[in-house]
Amino acid sequence: MNAFQQYFFDLAQEYPKWNFIFFYDPVQADRVLSGLWMTVKLSVVCVILSVLIGLIGAWLQGAKSQLLRSFVQGYIQFFRNTPPLIQLLFFYFALGQFTPTYSPDGWLEVPIISNVGWAIISLSFFAGAFNVEIFRAGIEAIPESTQEAAEALGMSRSQNFVYVVLPLAFRVSLPALNNNLVNLVKTTTQALAIAVPELLYQMVSIYNDYSTAQNACMVILFIVYILLVGVLVLAMNSWERATRIPGYGH
Amino acid sequence: MSEQPLVSIRNVHKSFGSLEVLKGVSLDVKKGEVICIIGPSGSGKSTLIRCINALNTIDSGSIKVEGMEVHDPNLDKLELRKKVGMVFQQYNLFPHKTALENIMMAPLKVLKQPKDEVEERARQLIKRVNLEGKENGYPGELSGGQQQRVAIARSLAMNPDVMLFDEVTAALDPETVKEVLTTIKDLAEGGMTCILVTHEMGFAREIADHIYFTDRGVIVEHGPPSTFFSQAKDPRTREFLSQIL
Repeated sequence: MNAFQQYFFDLAQEYPKWNFIFFYDPVQADRVLSGLWMTVKLSVVCVILSVLIGLIGAWLQGAKSQLLRSFVQGYIQFFRNTPPLIQLLFFYFALGQFTPTYSPDGWLEVPIISNVGWAIISLSFFAGAFNVEIFRAGIEAIPESTQEAAEALGMSRSQNFVYVVLPLAFRVSLPALNNNLVNLVKTTTQALAIAVPELLYQMVSIYNDYSTAQNACMVILFIVYILLVGVLVLAMNSWERATRIPGYGH
Repeated sequence: MSEQPLVSIRNVHKSFGSLEVLKGVSLDVKKGEVICIIGPSGSGKSTLIRCINALNTIDSGSIKVEGMEVHDPNLDKLELRKKVGMVFQQYNLFPHKTALENIMMAPLKVLKQPKDEVEERARQLIKRVNLEGKENGYPGELSGGQQQRVAIARSLAMNPDVMLFDEVTAALDPETVKEVLTTIKDLAEGGMTCILVTHEMGFAREIADHIYFTDRGVIVEHGPPSTFFSQAKDPRTREFLSQIL
């Protein structure tokens, strides 16, 4: 045991309610690290997918087809008006029954979408619904006349969207997007309910095994999320600064 | 060939809801001609020129640009817009692009021309509208007059056959009006076919080959500037001119 490990070992001996077991027991340390890694993966993948869903949804909201627009509206209402925890449970337990399985060894039946897969799908669609609305608000802030100028230059609707509307709307949307992505990162903890081994899941497992570690686990959870969300917010803020247009808006 | 008008408008009607803004308008524009449309606010001038490049639809009648029926539902709008350039009252530049990028965008993305070629042409256009040194300025960093000249260059980059100007100096202060008008005048003298909606009577008199006066959705009177300003016959034209001149 090195001095760091020794310190926390002694601390736990002296104050049994403050057992930072993962700082001196390598097995518990691995659980925390693997949980953290899963949380980071889940967050990054869901952030990217939810932004893509938001962009596609916002584009479809301007579609000519009433059916497509109603479909997007229905999607938003469903995912925005129901709790994400119920969505997770529904995707995993209800839809999970109908997904095909494969057999890697001839004995096991493994569903092609794992619980991690369902968590990614469910959380991305959840945050994506809000992102559609965020981007829509951004798009509505772009003057009709700017789009008309692009139209008069021969741009198609998709060229107009990609080269003119989106770059401008994205800048307008960034502060609201920032908020929603912060919420998404925090909501990944609900994947605990379908046994996705992310950070909260691992921490709860640890303090179920070692009840003296409960307080320590809580403290670490708070610190990790403050840092994790802090990094995201810093990145989003610097992105906001980097895309600021000279002489525009400010 | 030279007899065939470049733009031919025949008996065009257009309503917004219950308000009929164009009540049977006809006019022809020949190649190389400069025409000015003047008239009181709400007389349908802007609507008319916005119909020429299909930014507005029409209810009945016909608008032809180089033989293309503009309001044919099967019209290839890209083909039309390659031929017709438009400059707006509020400039409508792309605020996230520099002056040079604004000019280059449509040739690059719409015509898919090679970048070197497009950039060279864009730099020449910047020179032509007297904005050397402003290539890398964003619209928010340029004055109104400068922005409007970038907007003109942006339209010219598509090599249109006819240019539409929709009250392009109406949002400018008097000092910068001149620099924009000079740019348009150079264009007109270079042989560009131009259709202008304007309130600049002195300018109209100077550059127009033909002036149309519209009021409440109809062309009340038209003629070359030499006779139009001095010998207007219709009382509505005379009243309008007396208020303006």
